[in-house]
Amino acid sequence: MLLGMPLLSLVIWMPIFFGVAVLVTGDRNAFAARWLALIGATLSFAVTIPLYTQFDLASAGMQFVELAPWIETFKINYHLGVDGISVLFILLTSFTTVLAVIAGWKVIEKNVAQYMAAFLIMSGLMIGVFAALDAILFYVFWEAMLIPMFIVIGVWGGARRVYASIKFFLYTLLGSLLMLVAFIYLYLKSGSFEILQFHQLPLSLKEQVLIFLAFFTAFAVKVPMWPVHTWLPDAHVEAPTGGSVVLAAIMLKLGAYGFLRFSLPITPDGSHALTGFMITLSLIAVVYIGLVALVQTDMKKLIAYSSISHMGFVTLGFFIFSALGMEGALVQMISHGFISGAMFLCVGVMYDRVHSRNIADYGGVANKMPMFAAFFVLFAMANSGLPATSGFVGEFMVIMGAIKVNFWYAFLAASTLIFGAAYTLWMVKRVVFGAVGNDHVAHMQDISAREFLVLALLAVVVLAMGIYPKPFTEVMHASVNNLLAHVSVSKCGADCAW
Amino acid sequence: MIDMQTLYLVVPLAPLAGALLAGLFGWLIGRTWSHRITILGIAVSCVASYLVFQDVQQGGHFNGAIYTWLTSGGINFEIGFLIDKLTAMMMLVVTFVSLMVHIYTIGYMRDDPGYQRFFSYISLFTFSMLMLVMSNNFVQLFFGWEAVGLVSYLLIGFWYTKPTAIYANLKAFLVNRVGDFGFLLGIGLVLAHAGTLDYAQVFGQASALAGQTIHLIPGQEWSLITVICILLFIGAMGKSAQFPLHVWLPDSMEGPTPISALIHAATMVTAGIFMVARMSPLFELSETALSFVMVIGAITALFMGFLGVIQNDIKRVVAYSTLSQLGYMTVALGASAYSVAIFHLMTHAFFKALLFLAAGSVIIAMHHEQDIRHMGGLRKYMPITWITSLVGSLALIGTPFFSGFYSKDSIIEAVHASHLAGSGFAYFAVVAGVFVTAFYSFRMYFLVFHGKPRFPIHDAAHGHDEHGNSGTPHETPWVVWLPLVLLAIPSLVIGYYTVGPIIEGNWFGSAIYVADQHHAMQALAEEFHGATAMALHALYTLPFWLALGGVITAYLLYMVFTGLPAKIAQRFSLIYTILERKYGFDEFYVWFFAGGARRIGNGLWKQGDERVIDGWLVNGTAKLVGWFSGVIRQFQSGYIYHYAFAMLIGVFVLMTWFVKV
Repeated sequence: MLLGMPLLSLVIWMPIFFGVAVLVTGDRNAFAARWLALIGATLSFAVTIPLYTQFDLASAGMQFVELAPWIETFKINYHLGVDGISVLFILLTSFTTVLAVIAGWKVIEKNVAQYMAAFLIMSGLMIGVFAALDAILFYVFWEAMLIPMFIVIGVWGGARRVYASIKFFLYTLLGSLLMLVAFIYLYLKSGSFEILQFHQLPLSLKEQVLIFLAFFTAFAVKVPMWPVHTWLPDAHVEAPTGGSVVLAAIMLKLGAYGFLRFSLPITPDGSHALTGFMITLSLIAVVYIGLVALVQTDMKKLIAYSSISHMGFVTLGFFIFSALGMEGALVQMISHGFISGAMFLCVGVMYDRVHSRNIADYGGVANKMPMFAAFFVLFAMANSGLPATSGFVGEFMVIMGAIKVNFWYAFLAASTLIFGAAYTLWMVKRVVFGAVGNDHVAHMQDISAREFLVLALLAVVVLAMGIYPKPFTEVMHASVNNLLAHVSVSKCGADCAW
Repeated sequence: MIDMQTLYLVVPLAPLAGALLAGLFGWLIGRTWSHRITILGIAVSCVASYLVFQDVQQGGHFNGAIYTWLTSGGINFEIGFLIDKLTAMMMLVVTFVSLMVHIYTIGYMRDDPGYQRFFSYISLFTFSMLMLVMSNNFVQLFFGWEAVGLVSYLLIGFWYTKPTAIYANLKAFLVNRVGDFGFLLGIGLVLAHAGTLDYAQVFGQASALAGQTIHLIPGQEWSLITVICILLFIGAMGKSAQFPLHVWLPDSMEGPTPISALIHAATMVTAGIFMVARMSPLFELSETALSFVMVIGAITALFMGFLGVIQNDIKRVVAYSTLSQLGYMTVALGASAYSVAIFHLMTHAFFKALLFLAAGSVIIAMHHEQDIRHMGGLRKYMPITWITSLVGSLALIGTPFFSGFYSKDSIIEAVHASHLAGSGFAYFAVVAGVFVTAFYSFRMYFLVFHGKPRFPIHDAAHGHDEHGNSGTPHETPWVVWLPLVLLAIPSLVIGYYTVGPIIEGNWFGSAIYVADQHHAMQALAEEFHGATAMALHALYTLPFWLALGGVITAYLLYMVFTGLPAKIAQRFSLIYTILERKYGFDEFYVWFFAGGARRIGNGLWKQGDERVIDGWLVNGTAKLVGWFSGVIRQFQSGYIYHYAFAMLIGVFVLMTWFVKV
């Protein structure tokens, strides 16, 4: 309890409250809107910290639970709770929101209050997704968060923003509808919308496979997995920097989180039956997308493809069913949040000065922005999975887990060591190094104190997580082991024939 | 007396502290304090390494964790140290050479705007290298492994506006990543089958692993330990620039000369050699892997030596020589003569660092001219550089009593004693390599230091360049020549004093394991009758005469019949072209791997993503919906009589239906 409110509710509603407050101040007073948004985001981050400090490492169950009836006719509850799988993402979300607010500080000049409000409200909604234990509550948060992002891309985006935002919205909405169908089916079977009850519900293999596929369409689009990934490069390219950061750092994680919260525990036999399918898609993502990333000419597109490739590690880690793989996947998700966020911020820094995302429009940035170049090279190295950065930890764990299952899974996954370094460092070579490329580059100013602060914060986190990842995985152990034990028990009983 | 464990920590952390201070606060503390702080860090580290070395000599040993990096799936991944005789020697070599290079850098980089950054990088490198050699587990080994790769990347591209430099550093990083790819898979197999990544625990299970087989291709059963060892060795091939992953090392010469000496000659490139020696309990169990190692080493030793013959860039000659010498070390590993490999690693670290730094000294004197065809007669102008270069060259070609002689001759003898598949070829390669080494070393030596000067000599009135130097070459300042002298001493004598303990006395003790049936070391020990006797005996053996022949040939071709080399090149133009194009590896890799990946990537992007997925499926769906609603829309004409007519038809259809039922 804090300020007379249960912690999780506070964590969800505080940013939303501040978002509304910012909206009320109106666009005319940009100064007030910015500062109020920053204070709101910072306070909202501060209140998430107790979730980590008061977290009980030994418990595999839900913690900070809140339960209240919401729509009693359908037994829908306002039910919240976090475990070792979700808690870190809540911190990641509130942290990223602070960065997004600072990143949009000067760049956004149009409708400042609305922009800031969108990010604060989105933050609360995304935290809601991670904390919801009722399927309908989850669904509401899940769909609601699309709206602010849709607006962010559609209003403050680039030239093709309308195409990108509609593509983003329809793509993800369409997938989610099948998830709703699955929820209703599970409700009819179990008599409630309690996610934890879904976990215990016996289902025949046929049901499980169908439900798995329904969830799959929702989550695979969000991750995104190959071949439903094509919305992401467009969305990233058109989104403003802050939008890209939130999209890459958090929204992609929601899909992966869905696999852990729904697909695996509700349909363990279905998950096992479709393991080959999932692993194949994951490895295609790593290799195919890695190669596609290599030939991109647009920096944001390159990082977007790199994100898809990295998320391939996450789904691979889930579906090898080992603690090393699953925890590695979770570490990869958090680490990718920091690194891709940082990469998009770096591109944003350059875009603000030159107004181009094309690699060819740069060259020799290090001559004019040495401090920025140091950060950019650091994050590029992290993106290439260099040890002692967070980028290495998750990839290492997943590869180590995969090799135990099948050497060739690890072989294909480890190819990212080469491809990841190739596309990232080739871009760095063309953008940062070399002689000053043109007049625009010649007039670039090194990063301001505000930009330095954001990048330095991320650099510290990326290094800390690479040098000492134990505090991150410790939180996960109990819940991950519990989930793995749960998934290893068949739920289909007599109905295991296909 | 300081606690030994504190001392272990001081060794890597002192350079790290220096690197952080110079790197983050270099702008604040200035150039002088940056080099003072980093040199202090390295000096402390070097002294501490010496104390550790002394302690280890008296039986000191340590194997323990510093902290737990990660736990997952019941496995502890730890950061920790293993201090034994192998580690202690590496620590001493790394910190000593690094100290020399730090001092030398003061002179070499004097006018460079990136002075503080450079010191920060080389200290960071020393930290990474120390973490690599001091590790007691595979994870930290991989950490150090990649970290030295990172610093190498940063240093090759130190002059980041130079297109060739930033091409070379990307190439170096990517080629190394290919090696690391194999290395990581090897580590993965170790973890999967041993359940731990701690050296001692893995080696304890080595014999159990040896019996296992693995199916990688259906129907093919391979020995697990062979697969593991070859994968680990692929890592070594990247880092130690063995054929066919050698292509990055010559290009790495784009970096400043001090790092060529430190990273690309003395320390980092020997990490692969060190790693295999460290893994001797695993490699000893697979003769297939040992044969593989030996043949790769032999190919590198001989064929990279040939390339050294036609190079005209002073640094590239030394670089190809390094490749060739790394090949020698690798051959020794394959012959199960791990301690001899490490012996050559040590002597090579001294004389090759010396040769590189001397080359750098020449480059400074020549105002950054690196083409040996434009040098000559420098002996008169820079006597210290001349003498030390001569010492380095004599050590490199294996002149009796010089350090390189003892280690190289031991390698040749060890290969001779080996009976593994491929040892015949390896023996031929290392013996023939002696001639080649002597030839290219003294070709360079004569062209640089003897004969008539082939550069324009300005008189003093001709003004001063930006260095404040007059046009005539002259000896470099003491910060540059002092390291040369300090490196020349061990290049001269260290072999004489250490050969006995290493060959006869099983110096590395339990740090290196050799199976009983691999008796190369035993054969060496039986034949060994003291360092003096070994040197005198060598006068009656083939390698000595080959080396002498190489020197004489170089003398005749480049001092007496100076017109002849051009004629030979013309006569054998095919061979010359093949050598000049470095057997075509660079072109092939660029076309096949770099180009191939881009072509596939483009295909997948344009055809897969844009055409099929986005074009047909995604936008196709949207178009289909659009087309369908276009059709449907026809029915919504808005005219009441259309609707009335449709309704009538509907009623009619329904009625027919019901009437029929």
